[in-house]
Amino acid sequence: MINPQYYKRAYVLGGIVVAVALVFVGRLFYLQVIDTSTKDKADGNALVRQTIYPSRGLIYDRNDSLIVFNQPVYDVMIVVKEMRKGFDTLSFCHAMQISREQFEERMSEVCDRRRNRGYSAYVPQLFWGMLSKEDVAAVQERLFNFAGVSVRKRTLRDYVYPSAAHIVGSVGEVNRQDLESDSYYAIGDYSGRDGIERQYEVLLRGKKGVEVLMRDSKGRIQGSYHNGELDYSAESGTDLQLTIDIRLQQLAEDLLQGKMGSAVAIEPKTGEVLAMVSVPSWDPHSLVGRQRSKNYAALLNDPHKPLMNRAVQAQYPPGSTFKLIQALVGLQTGAITPSTLYGCNGPGSTPIKCTHHHGSPVSLEAGIEQSCNPYFWQAYRDILEQHGYGKNNAIFRRTYDHWRDLVVSFGFAQRFESDISNQVTGSIPRAKTFTRIYGETGWRAITIRSLSIGQGEILVTPLQLANEAACIANSGYYMTPHLVRPLPTMPAIERHQTGVDSCHFDVVQRGMARVMTNGTGRWYNIPELQMCGKTGTVQNPHGKDHAIFIGFAPLDDPQIAVAVVVENAGFGATWACPVATMMMEKYLTDSISRPDLYDRIRSAHFINTQAQ
Amino acid sequence: MMQSSINSRNSIWKGVDWVTILIYLALALFGWVNIYGACYTFEQSSIFSFSNPAGKQFVWILSALVMGLVVLLIDEKLYDILGYWMYAAIIVLLLITPFLANDTKGSMSWIDLGPLKLQPAEFAKFVTAIAVAKYMSRYGYSVRSWRDLVIPFCLIGVPMVIIMIWQKETGSALVFAAFLLVFYTQGMNGKVLLYGFLAILVVVVILKLQIIPDAWIDKVLMPHQRARIEVVLGIRKDPMGYGYNVAQSLIAIGSGRFFGKGFLQGTQTKLSFVPEQHTDFIFCTVGEEWGFVGTFAVIALYVGLILRIIYLAQRQRDLFSQIYAYSVASILFVHFTINIGMVIGLLPVIGIPLPFFSYGGSSFWGFTLLLFILLRMDGSRINKMH
Repeated sequence: MINPQYYKRAYVLGGIVVAVALVFVGRLFYLQVIDTSTKDKADGNALVRQTIYPSRGLIYDRNDSLIVFNQPVYDVMIVVKEMRKGFDTLSFCHAMQISREQFEERMSEVCDRRRNRGYSAYVPQLFWGMLSKEDVAAVQERLFNFAGVSVRKRTLRDYVYPSAAHIVGSVGEVNRQDLESDSYYAIGDYSGRDGIERQYEVLLRGKKGVEVLMRDSKGRIQGSYHNGELDYSAESGTDLQLTIDIRLQQLAEDLLQGKMGSAVAIEPKTGEVLAMVSVPSWDPHSLVGRQRSKNYAALLNDPHKPLMNRAVQAQYPPGSTFKLIQALVGLQTGAITPSTLYGCNGPGSTPIKCTHHHGSPVSLEAGIEQSCNPYFWQAYRDILEQHGYGKNNAIFRRTYDHWRDLVVSFGFAQRFESDISNQVTGSIPRAKTFTRIYGETGWRAITIRSLSIGQGEILVTPLQLANEAACIANSGYYMTPHLVRPLPTMPAIERHQTGVDSCHFDVVQRGMARVMTNGTGRWYNIPELQMCGKTGTVQNPHGKDHAIFIGFAPLDDPQIAVAVVVENAGFGATWACPVATMMMEKYLTDSISRPDLYDRIRSAHFINTQAQ
Repeated sequence: MMQSSINSRNSIWKGVDWVTILIYLALALFGWVNIYGACYTFEQSSIFSFSNPAGKQFVWILSALVMGLVVLLIDEKLYDILGYWMYAAIIVLLLITPFLANDTKGSMSWIDLGPLKLQPAEFAKFVTAIAVAKYMSRYGYSVRSWRDLVIPFCLIGVPMVIIMIWQKETGSALVFAAFLLVFYTQGMNGKVLLYGFLAILVVVVILKLQIIPDAWIDKVLMPHQRARIEVVLGIRKDPMGYGYNVAQSLIAIGSGRFFGKGFLQGTQTKLSFVPEQHTDFIFCTVGEEWGFVGTFAVIALYVGLILRIIYLAQRQRDLFSQIYAYSVASILFVHFTINIGMVIGLLPVIGIPLPFFSYGGSSFWGFTLLLFILLRMDGSRINKMH
């Protein structure tokens, strides 16, 4: 019968049961209430955030011609963990058209966390990127044979013309800096690296969409999470319209091929840049897709520095084109009048000799027409000395700085606040710069005489030269030069008044017109287009002189202002002027009336002379 | 007597312990709901559809209830009379099972009967309990005499060894250790339990310190068993191999937080990150979808059930019923401990079901028989006053 002696052992048994249960409850309380890491792990397990890439905004020229668009490319992605089980490497290599060694090499790259940050054996990794539809077809057809392999479609940039590379810029993979500074980007995303692509990146890129999917333990997608409540669709990027006329741009690039230099055209009334050429350049197609890094490295190492945008990054003394500024400042300060005459002894002039043969004395108009160095030296001297030197040279130095202020008001020695990237400022020295060199009383007008003819310590960019031409065409103001027609959301283009009253421009414009009819530009003039211009030949201590030309047309109602710089080419009148006149003609009449000239300029090569 | 003139059919309904039955039904129902949740795949068929485990489980539950009803109507003296014969029959069945079984995951414990797959080991538990109870309730038996313990140890040892070695089902075999608790309630020296517990502790410490040559361990343990133990002990970090089940199970339970993700909202369990989701690991579905509230409720139900059975054991008038009752309590307790301990990462992965909860016909039937035989004994105890 039942032995009551052990009756109490039932309580021990019950106690053990309760004790175990308490341990379990404690453990569960820890797991489910205290430890918060598991929720994320569960989501990380089951949820896949699939990015939907928007298509990047298109880029058109001012006449609605498409310049930049998108092409589909395909990335082959692999999930390493799923590949391991009996993966048919041989036929995969065959489909990819790669060798077994390439496969092994790429696999070790993918799996190496030092080279492939964020590597996970469970998440698709880029195996081979940017393949064409044809290249990827063989893999795509047999995808069911290759466990763990998938194909992802993305878009790359494509270009209608092999032109405007500096303006448009390029698109490349984001770097670590981008990833850190902008949470929008994920590893492997693309963004505009330079030019317009970079400047307008936020508009062009649009907005990525996200689809939250659930996957099972084998990584198979099981459907959308919470009926897609967390999903949002991608928004395409904004299309942009450039102010560039792609036909004009192409012509200028064509004319300048085989040379080093730059050409910039601006619509004076609006500040819209019609063309901005820097040579040598590259075909934008070459910086897309798989060849990008190789070609980019080649451009980077090219001794002619094609990646440099000479239109805004190269600085030259303005040479004789600066005489126009001297004339305007002289008129504004009252140092000269349109009827002021100065004598010229031709090559025998001191302290600066004249490079042209003409009568003497000359008026302002004739001085511009003949690019008379002695005229502008004397004018400059009179500008700077008109108030005397004063005690300790103080008045002279103040006068110099006033002269500088008026010069700078034409847009020199500064960057334009616009969408043109990589601008350098150029330089017009302040009085204190010369004081530092020569001491307060150690310098006078004669000391800095070379400034009078645009040589010496003055440096300007081709864009600034084109803007100078626009200022003169506008009789006293300029609109900030820019490359993209502003969208309604963007601030309006600013108007800048120069320090020279509009009444003084007439005589200078007439002088520029005479340059084209009787002066240094007369061989390339097209009279019916009322061209105005000024040539310049800049002494180059490193080699042959640089040829410079600025101008605008037509005189009555200027539509286009141009600056052209051809490095190491010699006379501005011979090389820069014809390029500029053909650009003006092309823009105004959409034709080229001098095919012989076109061919001659086109086939001239100055690029090798740099080695001298 | 007036009472004895009432036919036995009425008396059993009066005497049956409804508390136990209610807890049993609650566990079965909640288990069934969670099986549906565990196997739900977003384009799910109905909970009654026979094409999914929940639908089948519904059939197992219904048929088990019929079985339980029949058991309640059968005179418990039958077990006393046929106890050893039943035991002999189940031993024979266990022996021939590997010949009838097709190899399911390395175990040979299933008999395929067309739509029905039987696992005899699930039935061996209550049969062994009957045999042990019968032997130990003999007149003059004393569990304190070592000689008297030989036969009971044999009674539990034979099916244990067959299941472990012949059928390769370590988990099911381990459950027979539950009888040590039964012996304890009958007066076996408590130090045996203590020593047993200490022995396990020593083994754990030795394994943890890794001072035994690998070759020795490999002689005793199968590689997968060793791996499972090492994962629990934290020696082996292997979230994608042997530790995978446990790691995913912990993520599932933990991600449920306090109130759970809601019925059918679990991502871990739906997307088959946790293997054996509806069978041995069913408890983590509770954890994910019903949160701490759900897991606490399930544990409370089991504790309630086991304590209730211990209480039933105490009120038995004859030794046979009492020993059997303690056997039921002990078996359920061991299942509860090993299963939930494994799912929440406190014990090595040992594949045994959670009673009345996990999917499976054999286990549900086996546990129902185990429990309802007790209920029959308990329900008719009043008659034994005479």
